[in-house]
Amino acid sequence: MRVEQIAVFLENKSGRLAEITSILADKSINIRALSVADTADFGILRLIVDKVGEAENVLRDNGFTVGKTNVIAVEVPDRTGGLATVLKSIEKQKLNVEYMYAFVNKTGENAVLIFRFDNMDRAIESLQKDGFTILKSEEVYSL
Amino acid sequence: MSTIYWEEEMETLPRPGLESIQLKRLQKLVARVYERVEPYRKKMDAAGVTPQDITSLADLQKLPFTVKDDLRDNYPFGMFTTSMEDIVRVHASSGTTGKPTVVGYTQNDIGTWAGLMARALACGGATKGDMVHNAYGYGLFTGGLGAHYGAEKLGATVIPVSGGNTKRQITIMQDFGSTVLLSTPSYALNLAETMESMGVAPESLSLRVGIFGAEPWSENMREEVEKKLNLQAVDIYGLSEVIGPGVAMECLNSSKGMHVFEDHFLPEIINPETGEALPPGEKGELVFTTLTKEAFPVIRYRTKDISRLYYETCNCGRTLVRMEKVTGRTDDMLIIRGVNVFPSQVEHVLVGVEGVEPHYQIIVEREGTLDIMTVEVEVSDSIFSDEIKNLEQLTKRITRDIKDILGVTCKVKLVNPRAIQRSEGKAQRVIDKRKI
Repeated sequence: MRVEQIAVFLENKSGRLAEITSILADKSINIRALSVADTADFGILRLIVDKVGEAENVLRDNGFTVGKTNVIAVEVPDRTGGLATVLKSIEKQKLNVEYMYAFVNKTGENAVLIFRFDNMDRAIESLQKDGFTILKSEEVYSL
Repeated sequence: MSTIYWEEEMETLPRPGLESIQLKRLQKLVARVYERVEPYRKKMDAAGVTPQDITSLADLQKLPFTVKDDLRDNYPFGMFTTSMEDIVRVHASSGTTGKPTVVGYTQNDIGTWAGLMARALACGGATKGDMVHNAYGYGLFTGGLGAHYGAEKLGATVIPVSGGNTKRQITIMQDFGSTVLLSTPSYALNLAETMESMGVAPESLSLRVGIFGAEPWSENMREEVEKKLNLQAVDIYGLSEVIGPGVAMECLNSSKGMHVFEDHFLPEIINPETGEALPPGEKGELVFTTLTKEAFPVIRYRTKDISRLYYETCNCGRTLVRMEKVTGRTDDMLIIRGVNVFPSQVEHVLVGVEGVEPHYQIIVEREGTLDIMTVEVEVSDSIFSDEIKNLEQLTKRITRDIKDILGVTCKVKLVNPRAIQRSEGKAQRVIDKRKI
């Protein structure tokens, strides 16, 4: 139920993102989803890739600080109000979203929402109870 | 303009008379510390020198040096010669690691200090008719209270504004008619810029003299501050280990540095590597022996400040030796907005934060008139987080710890691992981009 996400520290310097994406491209690692969180002084790049372990090693070898975190991928139909229904369920359970990002899958029928919660177990349980589809990690890596 | 003296006799004493006073005071001091302060006695015993061996001023060189580490090793009061009952005040400045350097004063010391500070103010042209705007920080730092007592002793009116709240300071200058400004030179420039932004013309104020010290400043800064504040800028020198401000003071017509108040402080210039005394006029490390302090005298205290001494009589009439404006340090101490900062103190704070790598760099820049210190810290896997708030908490914590321990606000910048250049041997911890 959990998907491994890679987080990379981004120093506030030009060319960092280009460098990271080229390193991954050279190893034929495919990025499935990404988001950048930034402040005035630094950023955090969050990535979901098809080869997690390999990506982690190659980035670390190139001098980046890398961390691995578990996130949840929820699939909803790509139509108006799709995200709102998930968020309503989360709010009802008083779960805290640390961060989230979203993308639309290839067929264009469904959207995938990536969530990091303060309490992951409780989040999975309550989302499932409310009937949402939580993707397995393999499903996400091969999207 | 005729010279204004505070204690004309002592300030203009011909050298033989001065040296005889110095020798008498030195002999008394050495006997006293040998008897009362164990660390001094141990050092003198180890060097094989007794108080009876001091028969001329040249014999001073037989005595061992005192360094900042001696004060740290005997923290907080181990170097005091009197019991705490006789100590009426303590001050402290930053030490090279977590612990500050503590100094103490008896009632007589406070009186001596006030007299010396009054002498310094008079040397800078201040009189009892002046309105003294004292913008040195009040507190553990010796600047604020030291200058305050001196100005009162002089009979001037003191405005104890301390540092900060710059706009209000300018209003006070306008309304109270401040004539003498005491501050760090960088704060004086800050005042000038704030005045400009408030649309206050320097000519509309009554400022006449600025007495600036506690940090290094250049002749260019002097010109700038004189122009922008419409006053004559003079330099003052002092350090808490010796007494505080009032060790040496520039007169209004000196072009060769500050008069050292030699009847109280015996200066030497030494080669910082060999410790050997250098002849007059040569550049080296400044060393002081206090001749009149009771609670906390120092013998051959190494200031780590680089200067030189000129013994010719000044055209102001003072016979007191002049020390050149301090041109550098023999150690890595930085002065940030008047606060002494040692890189080792920053390291000490970082080591105390779990997971932080010991690789760091301190970048000092001057933005406008303000010194900005940035501490670059490498983000290791153990402190990294995928959540912004955790990293922000970390930088806030380091900033707060540095502020608590060093008393200076800095920026903390997180950088990639190995972003900080590794050096062979001694790491380059400090990049000082200020052009002083």
